[in-house]
Amino acid sequence: MVGRIHSFESFGTVDGPGIRFVLFLQGCPLRCQYCHNPDTWGSGGTEYSVEEVAERALKYRNYFGDKGGVTATGGEPLLQIDFVIELFSLLKSKGVHTCVDTSGIMFHPDDPASVEKHKKLIEVTDLFLLDIKHIDDEACKKLTGQSNRNTLAFAKFLSEHGKKMWIRQVLVPGLTDGEDSLLETRAFIDTLATVEKVEVLPYHSMGVVKYEKLGLEYPLKDVVAPTKERVQGAKKILNEGRA
Amino acid sequence: MMQYKGWEGFVPGKWCDDEVNVRDFIQRNYTPYDGDAEFLAPATEATKKLWDIVCDLTKKEIAAGGVLNADTKIVSTLTSHGAGYLDKDLEKIVGLQTDEPFKRALQPFGGIRMSEGALNMYGYEIDPQVKEIFTKYRKTHNEGVFDAYTPEMRAARSAHILTGLPDAYGRGRIIGDYRRVALYGVDYLIRKKEEDKLAINGDMTPEKVRNREEIADQVKALKALKEMAAIYGCDISKPAETAQQAIQALYFGYLAAVKDQNGAAMSIGRNTTFLDIYIQRDLDKGLITEEQAQEFIDHFIMKLRIVKFMRTKEYNELFSGDPTWVTESIGGMGVDGRSLVTKTAFRVLHTLDNLGPAPEPNLTVLWSKRLPANFKKFCADISIRTSSIQYESDELMRAEMGDDYAIACCVSCMKVGKDMQFFGARANLAKCLLYAINGGKDELMKDKVTGKPMQVSPEFVPIYGDGALNYDEVCQKFDNMMTWLADLYVNTLNLIHYMHDKYSYEALEMVLHDTNVRRFFATGIAGLSCAADSLSAIKYATVYPIRNEDGIVVDYKIEGDYPKYGNNDDRADEIAVWIVKTFMKKVKSHYTYRDSVPTTSILTITSNVVYGKKTGNTPDGRRGGTPLAPGANPMHGRDANGALASLESVAKIPYEYSRDGISNTFSITPGSLGKED
Repeated sequence: MVGRIHSFESFGTVDGPGIRFVLFLQGCPLRCQYCHNPDTWGSGGTEYSVEEVAERALKYRNYFGDKGGVTATGGEPLLQIDFVIELFSLLKSKGVHTCVDTSGIMFHPDDPASVEKHKKLIEVTDLFLLDIKHIDDEACKKLTGQSNRNTLAFAKFLSEHGKKMWIRQVLVPGLTDGEDSLLETRAFIDTLATVEKVEVLPYHSMGVVKYEKLGLEYPLKDVVAPTKERVQGAKKILNEGRA
Repeated sequence: MMQYKGWEGFVPGKWCDDEVNVRDFIQRNYTPYDGDAEFLAPATEATKKLWDIVCDLTKKEIAAGGVLNADTKIVSTLTSHGAGYLDKDLEKIVGLQTDEPFKRALQPFGGIRMSEGALNMYGYEIDPQVKEIFTKYRKTHNEGVFDAYTPEMRAARSAHILTGLPDAYGRGRIIGDYRRVALYGVDYLIRKKEEDKLAINGDMTPEKVRNREEIADQVKALKALKEMAAIYGCDISKPAETAQQAIQALYFGYLAAVKDQNGAAMSIGRNTTFLDIYIQRDLDKGLITEEQAQEFIDHFIMKLRIVKFMRTKEYNELFSGDPTWVTESIGGMGVDGRSLVTKTAFRVLHTLDNLGPAPEPNLTVLWSKRLPANFKKFCADISIRTSSIQYESDELMRAEMGDDYAIACCVSCMKVGKDMQFFGARANLAKCLLYAINGGKDELMKDKVTGKPMQVSPEFVPIYGDGALNYDEVCQKFDNMMTWLADLYVNTLNLIHYMHDKYSYEALEMVLHDTNVRRFFATGIAGLSCAADSLSAIKYATVYPIRNEDGIVVDYKIEGDYPKYGNNDDRADEIAVWIVKTFMKKVKSHYTYRDSVPTTSILTITSNVVYGKKTGNTPDGRRGGTPLAPGANPMHGRDANGALASLESVAKIPYEYSRDGISNTFSITPGSLGKED
């Protein structure tokens, strides 16, 4: 089986625990306004077989230590869920820690085939980084072009199946940093049993150059990165609820 | 009862049984430390005041255009100057290169032209009598070399395919075992050297005559060292009795070396474990407090920070600054499995807090996974705050060098007091590849007489035609050109080091070595990644030559993509490995001066910029004049798979073929090392 890969990072330190080999899969159904990897949206990328990717990843085994491993991100990696399942099966057989960084958008709770596929996935995945774009469905649609229904359902699904997850929230001033919605997100997290960690990813504008290169309009021209205090505040709310 | 008062309280052994054996002394007496940094003391008032004086002088020096004061008349020797101080009453460790801080010494033995030129650049005039002496009556190293250079050597030098050769300045890179001065005192060392000299007799071959003369010079240097200490009111004829005396004696040894030599790299060795024994003895006896111990170290390091040489602006451009490479090697593991980290390793690194960050001395941690966790954490903490620590793999070096080696310059390791080296600058292999394509005609330089492209090597058959370059053909020609270059390079160095020994012999540094010293012949390579990528482009993409009106290939048209060194891709990395092995084998096939052991380094940390200026367009798409990559680094921006992939490519370069060291310059922001929580 082959997957379409955008790129590799041999020294990933911010997508999951420890030092990780990160593969960026090509393609994404979302169009988040703050996305810093618009080059992973469309078709394109380079095709690699499962074996080729595993071989590349395993070159860095010595660096993984006790905590590190391999993270699949993107784009939306689960757009190529079959590839990820096969790759992770192979990596698990070699004892490598596996992690998926996803929006959960590909999980269709009412489609038995989709549920079945995701069951297979969680068998070979040690940890999920689940990106909740916005807890409010209308706001989420505006921000990403899609409903958050699948995402929230996937969180429940992971919780019900005892699968570890880290919840991630990109903090964009004016768009995702409202106190009410952060509190609502926290309330949702409280309904989940397997959340190990909540991460706040401060919005940054380093993606602007990529938009220019791709000839795309940058949607958040006037938005500046959140202040340290704002990030700390959001972290506090998402981790502890109302002060 | 110990022979000397200075040895009381130490565990005896081979080291005090009529031998000179510092390692044995260390092994029997040091106290490994695996605790944390809590014990460290802040800077004392005296330290702060002294450091303020240094900062003030530094500002004045910058304002004065880079040199605050320079000697134009007194030729620097161990005893040429009276005592100099920052503030005599505050200094716990004394001694300056001249009689005033920041006054640069006149050191013409490497070459009078360099001395004169450097002075002129900063608005000083060399004393006419000194100039006369060093042109009429006393030959310099530089003059000797140019007397003997062949036309081919001169051409290779001016075309910069051989670059940075130590033919006009001090070669440096020799590390005296300065600890010996503290442990044994000068008189003991003189006695041992005189014994060695007596043992050289029989048929007086030129070799034996030279050895006897050198030892005589060495003994004179020791006597001068004693005299130099006496100028500062210190007696170092006997073993040091206190920590302060030990640090002082060790520093005097080093100070004598920098008074004697303006060397390219004047490294100081591996001293923390040794000095810790003295500090611990005084602490145990209640003679000093931790504050005092730290103060001695702070003042010692402060002195190393203000070591300065008079050099030309071109020289400083080559090295991107005014480096002295006072490398101090710290930590590492012992061959018996004990860590060599002591409290004094912490104290020396702590100077980066007490005095603030600084590039010199070049504090180098010999890294092993097995170092104590507290020490590793402390190093990481200081690195994050000051970016002032260099790290090198103890695991890699210990295997061959044991546990008492030190780093000269940035990566070049030697057993302290047992090995020395002949510094060899480097051969530019990116340019060598261009010569292979152009049959040894330089791509940039014109012959002054004919105005045609300068023929540097003998006329080799160039690549003909405008068709795509053929990998096998280019490799064959490159191999041939490397054969020529290695031959010329080794022989140029043979000649240079003969003259350096003859006219600018480092008697003081060499007397602090065993008489039967092992010598390394330290060649070097520049432009490795550029040459490797160029060959990869020729092999995996399609590269067409573009010629100028003289028929010289001056540019390349590349169609398609190719694997690049720095991505952990064997296709490209294997080419780099092939180049290193091939060149080194050729170097090894030649006679090397004084039975030295040939080694190679890949470590152009800063001079890659200047070497790049003298190298035309290359088949990898690099533009002429732009920098080559430093050391064994991938070419800038071509590593697209993250840091580990890049480092793994570099790690494939076989150490046994580049025993003098492989460097990789790597910058990283704290945020990309992970999140804080």
